[in-house]
Amino acid sequence: MAEALLETRDLCKSFGGLVVTDAVSLVVTPGEIHAIIGPNGAGKTTLIAELAGELRPDSGSIHFAGADITRLAMARRAALGIARSFQITSIFREFSVLDNVAMAVQAHAGHSFRFWRSARRDARLRDPARQVLAKVGLAERAESRAAALSHGEKRALEIAMVLATRPRLLLLDEPMAGMGPQDAAGMVRLLAELKRQVTMVLVEHDMDAVFALADRITVMVYGRIIASGTPDAIRGDAEVRRAYLGEAAA
Amino acid sequence: MSVARRSLVIGVSLAALAVAPAIALAAGEPFYVTLLTRIMIFAIAALSLDLILGYGGLVSFGHAAYLGIGAYAVGILAFHGITSGPLQFAVAILASAAAAAMIGAVSLRTSGVYFIMITLAFAQMLYFLAESLNIYGGDDGLNITQPSNFGRLVDLGDPATLYYVVLAVLLVLLLLTRQLINSRFGLLVQGVKSNERRMAALGFPTFRYKLAAFILSGTICGLAGALFANLTLFCSPAIMHWTRSGEIMMMVILGGMGSLFGPVLGAALYLLLETLLSGATEHWQAILGPILVLVVLFSRSGFFGMLTGERTARGRADG
Repeated sequence: MAEALLETRDLCKSFGGLVVTDAVSLVVTPGEIHAIIGPNGAGKTTLIAELAGELRPDSGSIHFAGADITRLAMARRAALGIARSFQITSIFREFSVLDNVAMAVQAHAGHSFRFWRSARRDARLRDPARQVLAKVGLAERAESRAAALSHGEKRALEIAMVLATRPRLLLLDEPMAGMGPQDAAGMVRLLAELKRQVTMVLVEHDMDAVFALADRITVMVYGRIIASGTPDAIRGDAEVRRAYLGEAAA
Repeated sequence: MSVARRSLVIGVSLAALAVAPAIALAAGEPFYVTLLTRIMIFAIAALSLDLILGYGGLVSFGHAAYLGIGAYAVGILAFHGITSGPLQFAVAILASAAAAAMIGAVSLRTSGVYFIMITLAFAQMLYFLAESLNIYGGDDGLNITQPSNFGRLVDLGDPATLYYVVLAVLLVLLLLTRQLINSRFGLLVQGVKSNERRMAALGFPTFRYKLAAFILSGTICGLAGALFANLTLFCSPAIMHWTRSGEIMMMVILGGMGSLFGPVLGAALYLLLETLLSGATEHWQAILGPILVLVVLFSRSGFFGMLTGERTARGRADG
């Protein structure tokens, strides 16, 4: 088995008496799309927040590319190459689409104590940003205000911003949330294209998308992992069917 | 977008400022030179606040503190017989930068209402500190016997000279800040205002940049304070009273947040109205108040937005 890119060991987190992450041990290998599914309240978003560094686990550890990152702040993890997209679209609404992506490029182009040269005319920021926009199909919308984009376009912009940071690991929190079938199909196509270029942890409710994309699937219920394996193995797992897929398949 | 109208408004305003002293002196009304100097000094203070308020979304309710530090730097050095202008201004700038660094380091760990209250609290602390300094006049304030000495060429004691020095400083700051807001640093600060959580997730260590912006803003305001001391040849705790912080904020909002030139117009509008109305009645604040409310209500991008018909950073953020 390949060296793990991301590994958690016995990760635990509770809010008051509510255990939201219960001894989660997860291994994500380079190049794979690792989906995390489970019913609402299973602690998927919390887990993503812990991986991104937004929440600190109570105990356990997180390792990225061999280094212990459990105590690293979000910005430091982002600098290491862990990027996340948000369940609720999180963009710079009043910026142009291109500005949004250029900002993501800027985040990984050294320090920003640069006070004089116009960043809006800086090819080192704009060119990579335009390339990424072309990749996600937003090249035409580069000069539009981000707030004016359709929902599906905003989600694509969100992905573009994450890609622009040239991440080694993408944490995707429900990228298809609220999308119509057409937009969702577009997103699946986009993620399939990105597969192998970047490792992904994908939290998603859209089971068609998950089974189409994932190399491995981890099922969480009440903060605990109840199963983890290939899509076929998960489909055949009796406990998973009872806890979760049963209702979706019915 | 009406870039042409915007340039027109700025151009006409600056041209008027350039020729105003000649007209005022020819008309035998030197008072207006002093009033306009005062307006431009507050324009600098309001501009400094707009940098972090309009672009960074940091509602500092204690900006009068830096005005006071700048003024007292000139006043206290003059009191001890040190009248060298370069030295006084260097001390004013360094002292306000240091104060902004300390105040910012503490208050930027909070946000929202807490940030407003902490910046206000720090400014009030400095206010009471100035009041307790009996050697420097305490409550009564400190007379400055002579203006900052910049040699024979630049006599700040001459109203017209001081006027043009202040105008030059304002122009340079307008040009520098315009460059700044489109730089990497400037865009970053606007990104923090727009969505700080996203900035952190992208990998920006936002705190250090916010602190840098806060220090820069306080420093510019300190420079305004040093100029103000030269205008009034007097400094007292009143300069840092919290109502003064409120006035500076009012100028920014009135003129148009996040527009750089808006605060200049805001300072002019506020101080001109104050002068006109206080000459007419002692209850001038009862008239000024509603006028301010109306401008803010009917033009969310302030007076500058009204003139140019364009929406400023704040208008865009809401739209």
